[in-house]
Amino acid sequence: MGVEGIGARVTRKEDKRFVTGKGKYVDDVRVHGMTYAHFVRSPHAHAKVKGIDISEAMKKTGVVAVLTGKEIVEDKIGNLICGWMIHSKDGSPMKMGAWPAMAPETVRFVGQAVAVVIGETRNQARDGADAVIVDYEELPAAASIKAAIAPGAPQLHPEAPGNVVYDWAIGDEKATSDAFAKAAHKVSFELTNNRLVPNAMEPRAAIAEYDEAEEHFTLHTTSQNPHVARLVLSAFYGVAQEHKLRVIAPDVGGGFGSKIFIYPEEMVALWASKKVNRPVKWTSDRTEAFLTDAHGRDHVSKAEMAFDANHKMLGLRVKTHANFGAYMSLFSSSVPTYLYATLLSGQYNIPAIYAEVMGVYTNTTPVDAYRGAGRPEASYLLERLIETAARQFKIDPAELRRKNFITSFPHQTPVIMAYDTGDFNASLDAALKEIDYAGFPARKAKAKSEGKLRGIGLSCYIEACGIAPSKAVGSLGAGVGLWESAEVRVNPVGTIEILTGSHSHGQGHETTFAQVVADRLGISINQVSIVHGDTDKVQFGMGTYGSRSGAVGISAIVKAMEKMEAKAKKIAAHHLEASEQDIVIENGEFKVTGTDKAMALANVALSAYTAHNLPDGMEPGLKESAFYDPSNFTFPAGSYICEVEVDAGTGKTTFINFVAADDFGRLINPMIVEGQVHGGIAQGIGQALLEGAVYDDSGQLVTASYMDYAMPRADDLPSFKLQHTTTLCPGNPLGIKGCGEAGAIGSSAAVINAITDAIGNNKLEMPATPDRVWHAIQARA
Amino acid sequence: MSAIKLTVNGKSVSADAEDRTLLVHLLRDQLGLTGTHVGCDTSQCGACTVHIDGRAVKSCTVLVGQANGSKITTIEGLSRGDELHPMQAAFRDNHGLQCGYCTPGMIMSAVDMVHRHGGKLDEATVRQELEGNICRCTGYHNIVKSVLDAAGRMKVANAAE
Amino acid sequence: MYETTYHRPSSVDEAAALSARDAEAKYLAGGHTLIPVMKQRLASPTAVIDIGRIPALIGVEVSGDMLTIKAATTYFDIMNSADVKKSIPAIAHLTSVLGDPQVRARGTIGGSIANNDPAADFPAAVLALGATVKTNKRSIAANDFFKGLFTTALNDGELITAISFPVPAKAGYSKMRHPASRFALTGVFVAQMKNGDVRVAATGASQNGVMRVPGIETALKANWSASALENVKISPNGLIADIHGSAEYRANLIKVMAQRALG
Repeated sequence: MGVEGIGARVTRKEDKRFVTGKGKYVDDVRVHGMTYAHFVRSPHAHAKVKGIDISEAMKKTGVVAVLTGKEIVEDKIGNLICGWMIHSKDGSPMKMGAWPAMAPETVRFVGQAVAVVIGETRNQARDGADAVIVDYEELPAAASIKAAIAPGAPQLHPEAPGNVVYDWAIGDEKATSDAFAKAAHKVSFELTNNRLVPNAMEPRAAIAEYDEAEEHFTLHTTSQNPHVARLVLSAFYGVAQEHKLRVIAPDVGGGFGSKIFIYPEEMVALWASKKVNRPVKWTSDRTEAFLTDAHGRDHVSKAEMAFDANHKMLGLRVKTHANFGAYMSLFSSSVPTYLYATLLSGQYNIPAIYAEVMGVYTNTTPVDAYRGAGRPEASYLLERLIETAARQFKIDPAELRRKNFITSFPHQTPVIMAYDTGDFNASLDAALKEIDYAGFPARKAKAKSEGKLRGIGLSCYIEACGIAPSKAVGSLGAGVGLWESAEVRVNPVGTIEILTGSHSHGQGHETTFAQVVADRLGISINQVSIVHGDTDKVQFGMGTYGSRSGAVGISAIVKAMEKMEAKAKKIAAHHLEASEQDIVIENGEFKVTGTDKAMALANVALSAYTAHNLPDGMEPGLKESAFYDPSNFTFPAGSYICEVEVDAGTGKTTFINFVAADDFGRLINPMIVEGQVHGGIAQGIGQALLEGAVYDDSGQLVTASYMDYAMPRADDLPSFKLQHTTTLCPGNPLGIKGCGEAGAIGSSAAVINAITDAIGNNKLEMPATPDRVWHAIQARA
Repeated sequence: MSAIKLTVNGKSVSADAEDRTLLVHLLRDQLGLTGTHVGCDTSQCGACTVHIDGRAVKSCTVLVGQANGSKITTIEGLSRGDELHPMQAAFRDNHGLQCGYCTPGMIMSAVDMVHRHGGKLDEATVRQELEGNICRCTGYHNIVKSVLDAAGRMKVANAAE
Repeated sequence: MYETTYHRPSSVDEAAALSARDAEAKYLAGGHTLIPVMKQRLASPTAVIDIGRIPALIGVEVSGDMLTIKAATTYFDIMNSADVKKSIPAIAHLTSVLGDPQVRARGTIGGSIANNDPAADFPAAVLALGATVKTNKRSIAANDFFKGLFTTALNDGELITAISFPVPAKAGYSKMRHPASRFALTGVFVAQMKNGDVRVAATGASQNGVMRVPGIETALKANWSASALENVKISPNGLIADIHGSAEYRANLIKVMAQRALG
């Protein structure tokens, strides 16, 4: 059944419902007696809440209740947590201020909720919210890293003096200093990694139902990890007990990290559903999404690299300030530390690295993981630095990279990561060939003769995915284990249900996971259903983020399948009077190797459930589960090259060609993998050219809608040319590395390197808008 | 409140709705046609695209009163029974969707695009014509492929009719 | 949005009468300017008067050297009108790069100018061609119609019925799109009238809304070519500066878009 097995470009099983409008997203769900929540949000970046007058709101037609931050604190609903402890250089634990779900006393970013109105209709809830009168006393705001760490800056939280959450470091400072002392060449660079808003097209939503008789809650929510949501909501926030809370994440319209986190709104919906004893629905609008979905990136860094006389890298020194916004979101602390600085070695043999990261509070929306999470920041910094070095040394940027590539594996970097495998020359070669790198000088010259500015830019990225070995992340401060679980249920008729803790919100798990099962048993994917996204159905799971569903989620399925197959083989051997070692699985049958004796899967399954004739001592049934804990991160890597033309009159960048050559290890469904790369590249190009969340000095988000936040559209982007090179990951059963984030990690630097090459001015920040590029051209002239 | 009469996906429907009701909310909340989505509040993302009297429009920017008396086609009305519309089939076959949220709007826009341009679509035109629809998952690569593929299929289908 | 009452009058007089009864009522044609601000609760008309289906407000007419586009004609119908394409193709072009296909299916020319949105496209054509804005009360010359940011000469309750454009000898429109909103970051309409007069208007650039560009007009009157503009200096004073473009950048765009509008 190779046509549907591993490596086959199978069209997706889930698509029929999506193309016919039958997908079931949270906002599509309606329950009897449902009310609607609308939040009253702070218009100020920093203010004291002196009083809330709900009397007018309560008089509005259809208003069921108005609930405030004070009440949620009185009901002992816990503060939001950050689940990864980071210690500063001096050994002190990170310094965090409390984050109540609705602010009882102080608001610290525009959009923070202070109250919620429950209404009979969506419009009536909003009418009520408009009538709530909040008395604010405005406080000075610190809306940027620079403003927050300036002397005398407004203080956000008393727990964090100077607005510093932590001052962390990794690597060997002395060895790095020594490297710089003996360097023949040094290159230094300052750059900003622009703040982004994830913008999954489906806004976040929640429907909370409370069953008074059973004291049981059901929450439909837009989550990438419903079990984690249940755990956090119960263990930390105290909204409900874990066994009295069912969390369902049905079809979810994109996540990109932003739907990992447990936000105030779903907590409040749950709490309110009990308060008013009615189901409560909340659906974000896009403006709320801009104000309250966790943002991504937002670093300011200084980097310098030391080279010897032969342009071999000797050392890298980085100092980064990371903006956390006003509160520490769920995994925020890990993003600019263990997901960023551990990747600063890139694809290169760098003997000494030292990186310092200062995490800073500002009066802005909290910042957390967004597609790539730390790794795009590392890759962008390194790849611009190397491009800058190549220009400074006047040598070919591809050759400078090649000269410093890591070529033997495993390779221990100076920043924790041990790369297991890779072939960086192979992906670079593939990309150079695809874009006809050799022919570029002639193309550039021709463009110049026509009065056009043409440039080419490279970016060779590596990332760490498949997070992660639980023991390793535990030692680094993670509050959870990052294994995955799976259950294989073979029904008595031989159909199969796979229950997985991974969650699909666009990744196509219903197809790829079924392909793995189909491949092992030689059956059709239509015989396999993938069940996910419901804590009442799936035993447990850590969810989908960090490109982990293939490397970790599928590995758990394989492990459960192995257990199931072992039992099934015993049953088949018993019936076929053969040794279980002689049983092979082919085309849906259990065969005695070398004979024509066989037993169909359906018969094995039926036998397991009738239990009339099983081997002595065997339990009935054919259902197995497994937990899989990875032994290492996985290391997808690749080379991206982009060729652009810049319109000197307007500063507008047009793509001539974009090539991505990736090594993801084993591909289950190349069509789906390519789709992941396309989408990732689009987000990386978006960061490079279009997107940027901008706050003014008072902390107002200037880019709070699609009128000002430029989303990539079809005519902003080219078609992409993809190549795959393969080294199998040795750490998991199928050799999978993960593909979800690579595009977003590798592409930004390629785009900026191409533009700066075209315009002959290396001083250019993202997003490289036409305005900025035009100014950079003028500055050069 | 006003009494609104529409023909939706070939069926006559009537509903009472507040005058401030947007067409998309009538479709979703009162008629249960939840395939039409809301992705923004500035009339830009196109997830709410439906056909009014044969032309693709953003149903989040149409009051129910404005639509009163019109013929509406939503994503649910595109396929004939179990047979997918060629555009729906092309999106599936070319992996033109991932999370599926923008997809109904994309498909409704794309069908209108092909109707307006006939078979004379190329990549650049498709990209320009998709200006009113935002997708965050696909990078548009496979959406463009899907539309071009469907344009060919629809041309063949039209020729056959 | 806030509660409102919807009316669909069948004639201009009926629409005007509804408006006269309610000072807080607003006219609505395509709704693509008004509904978004109502959704954000930034506008709260007590009533909306839908003029989008009044037959007298829909259609395109050419008479002698005058192209008249009635106020509730959609962009889609304008860009596809054989009369528009033949008489003033620059208007057909402008309409084809305005908004997106779904917006063009609903939005109307009247709506595009009634608000004097500083980033709208049509005001540039109206001002550059010296068009006449016709209302249910009077005719207003383009020079007198646009009164600064979001302000026009329209009185309360006054309804635009049509815009009459003199057919020029030559005209063109070029636009740099705003990267996010896709409105005009700066758009320039150039026109050489049949009497030899040259009029140039820029939208998206000035803090006061659509504006004439005298420096470019003078240069083009002397020599209708892109090279004639090489040495023209546009002052950034009074131009919009925001995260998408500095005043200097917009000043540059006025020149570059004017050059490109020449075709």
